[in-house]
Amino acid sequence: MSTTATHAHDDDHNHAPKGISRWLNSTNHKDIGTMYLVFSVVAALVGGGLSLLIRIELGEPGIQVFDVIGEMMGSEAKQFYNVTVTAHALLMVFFVVMPALIGGFGNWFVPMMIGAPDMAFPRMNNISFWLMPPALILLILSGVMGQGAGTGWTLYPPLSGLAGQPDMSVDFAILSLHLAGASSILGATNFITTILNMRAPGMTMHKAPLFVWATLITAVLLLLAMPVLAGALTMLLTDRNFGTAFFDPRGGGDPLLWQHLFWFFGHPEVYIMILPAFGIVSHIVSTFSRKPVFGYLGMAYAMASIGIVGFVVWAHHMYTVGMGVNYRAYFVAVTMAIAVPTGIKIFSWIATMWGGSISFKTPMMWAIGFIFLFTVGGVTGVVLANAGMDIAMHDTYYVVAHFHYVLSLGAIFAIFAGFYYWFDKMTGKVYPEWAGQLHFWTTFIGVNVLFFPQHFLGLAGMPRRYIDYPDIFAEWNMVSTWGAYLTMTSTVFFLIVTLIVMIAGRKSVANPWGDGATTLEWTVASPAPFHTFEDTPDFTGGNPAAHPAE
Amino acid sequence: MSAQAKHPYHMVNPSPWPAMGAFSALFLAIGAVFYFHEESFLGLPGAYKLLPGLSLIILTMLLWWRDVIKESVNEDVHTDEVSTGLRMGMVLFIASEVMFFVAFFWAFFHHSLGFSASTLQWPPAGIEVLDAWHLPFYNTVILLTSGVTVSRAHLYVEAGLNQKAAKWIWITAGLGAMFLALQVFEYGHAAFGLSDGIYPSTFYLATGFHGFHVFVGTTFLVVCAMRAQKNQFSPHKHIGFQSAAWYWHFVDVVWLFLFVWVYWLLGLPVRTF
Repeated sequence: MSTTATHAHDDDHNHAPKGISRWLNSTNHKDIGTMYLVFSVVAALVGGGLSLLIRIELGEPGIQVFDVIGEMMGSEAKQFYNVTVTAHALLMVFFVVMPALIGGFGNWFVPMMIGAPDMAFPRMNNISFWLMPPALILLILSGVMGQGAGTGWTLYPPLSGLAGQPDMSVDFAILSLHLAGASSILGATNFITTILNMRAPGMTMHKAPLFVWATLITAVLLLLAMPVLAGALTMLLTDRNFGTAFFDPRGGGDPLLWQHLFWFFGHPEVYIMILPAFGIVSHIVSTFSRKPVFGYLGMAYAMASIGIVGFVVWAHHMYTVGMGVNYRAYFVAVTMAIAVPTGIKIFSWIATMWGGSISFKTPMMWAIGFIFLFTVGGVTGVVLANAGMDIAMHDTYYVVAHFHYVLSLGAIFAIFAGFYYWFDKMTGKVYPEWAGQLHFWTTFIGVNVLFFPQHFLGLAGMPRRYIDYPDIFAEWNMVSTWGAYLTMTSTVFFLIVTLIVMIAGRKSVANPWGDGATTLEWTVASPAPFHTFEDTPDFTGGNPAAHPAE
Repeated sequence: MSAQAKHPYHMVNPSPWPAMGAFSALFLAIGAVFYFHEESFLGLPGAYKLLPGLSLIILTMLLWWRDVIKESVNEDVHTDEVSTGLRMGMVLFIASEVMFFVAFFWAFFHHSLGFSASTLQWPPAGIEVLDAWHLPFYNTVILLTSGVTVSRAHLYVEAGLNQKAAKWIWITAGLGAMFLALQVFEYGHAAFGLSDGIYPSTFYLATGFHGFHVFVGTTFLVVCAMRAQKNQFSPHKHIGFQSAAWYWHFVDVVWLFLFVWVYWLLGLPVRTF
């Protein structure tokens, strides 16, 4: 079927329901995707604000901010610092990165890329979204009720048990994660079914775009990892409230059991946050190099092997708990093995650019930024994978620097890359190139000034999750805080420009990126009509638009 | 909407149930925390604080699934492709349920196989375990039998004999209820309480969540029995019953693991580490 026919047909189907019920009762993948993205921005403002508080506090030795805030919140300064660290992490993981990458871009573009009219279960799609605001409310309650949940996002007992935090704050955190987890499991079911069952005729999995692959693998990880967290959270809840002893040695239980269960979820979780980013970056690098992705199948199966191996490496988060040396040797080996498929991805992106006709537009800048910074985070990850090295570096700022390079400089860069890449498609407006470039460069410099010195602090022995530190660490902490100011300024600039562009931006076209943009979403108008692909495109016989490998 | 559509998929009409279900869950969560910490919540005593949220969730489920059945039976929008999707969805849901039980089996094996520094023997000292070959064995027989009866019902559904199928679904649900009754009886006569340490923790949570799943599966079967009586299943399309049967087999398999490991092989005799 020709794309022009699809296009004309779509224009007849642009009547969306009106008013609040359009959003509350939605069964439309694009509207639900939009709600996820807005939700993610709101959570990012809160989570980012908290991180700024942390950096202001750590800008110089001593306690200067949290004594005032703690007093306002009716909590002690150090406890409230812990609460802030906890809430920042939980917000960023569950309420910013996941909703943006999977709920937002996944909902918007997976159905379009496979030529499907919507998700497999449009009504269930909506409860996946609407469980998130209640989860966010519960998370906020966990921060403000009682003394606040100051356990860190890992919720290790005994600190998260009754002995550590007896009031209701941790129970709110547990139930918040239960709701967010239910949302993720339902969403995962939806994505897997959509991708396996609703691809256009002729679009075999080996012709599906890489973002579709990435979302499929992410969804499988979610489906299998999230319920284990749910089980662990349930045990923690009954330990706290019904007298069980899963994690309590006084009753014969074991706090280490929590760490095993948590990280069996927690390690796949970090791939859940990064695999969709891999997918987005592949599309952008290909589009702006005007070349198909180098090694398409290798890229797809690299993600699959990262996903599978990601399930058997969890205890590399637990090198210091006293595991036997054989266990540690095993976890070092399998963890290092993940560097192989990850290397395949990095080198394939570079090979995609090699010999390409590259245009350094804003999305491409973010994608290249992603590749560079994710590689830095990946290299420090290989360092930390060594059990021997990790003994020295465990729970220091080196670890903090490592995971911020892969997440806030990896996943978040990919979110911005995707945002600029698909902005025209989602809003129908053109984002001014100068503003995108300025946003990129200020953020790129800001986050590097913010996080690179943390490597030095960690190597020098500064532990994480403390409100104060010896004077010897003062200089690099001050530099790090300057980076935070620059990053925050850049983010405020981005928000203002985005609001202005969404109200008064120039009208965009169906495909603003030219020949390099080959996936199906570029064949429909911008903004994408309310319903797309009610006429199923047909790829039997091979259509280059569905064939990124050629 | 689907009238002009040239694809086989189901474009579901806007629905208030997802948002209602989500905010009911919020209501339930807040009620639960206030119950745990004995704070006042709508003037309700104790565990009754769970009731408003729970009732709203159950109401949401009734209204939501009533719509699904209507869409299948009255609107006939479940094409072959949509049916495949629904079946995939059920399989994936069961896969996630399996992983939920993995967490509890992990907790069990972590302690019963001696991975925990604080567990010196299994079963722990002072725990008088239940005899695997008494009630647990009877329950094994009951559940295995119910697996046969639900398959018999399936054969009747595939033969287009809804009324006969209904009879066998009722029998299956009855066996489920019998299992639950024996399980409650066993709990009432166990020599250990929930807060008596790690053994009861793993035992009650693992068997308790299994029992809850038997309850859900039984309810699912009852709904299917009533639908069979209304002749809503056809030989080629009976996703509701098919899902209930799959779910029932899943619950059955979980029980076999519980019986073999929790009651039997890692019950008596005592092993020290």
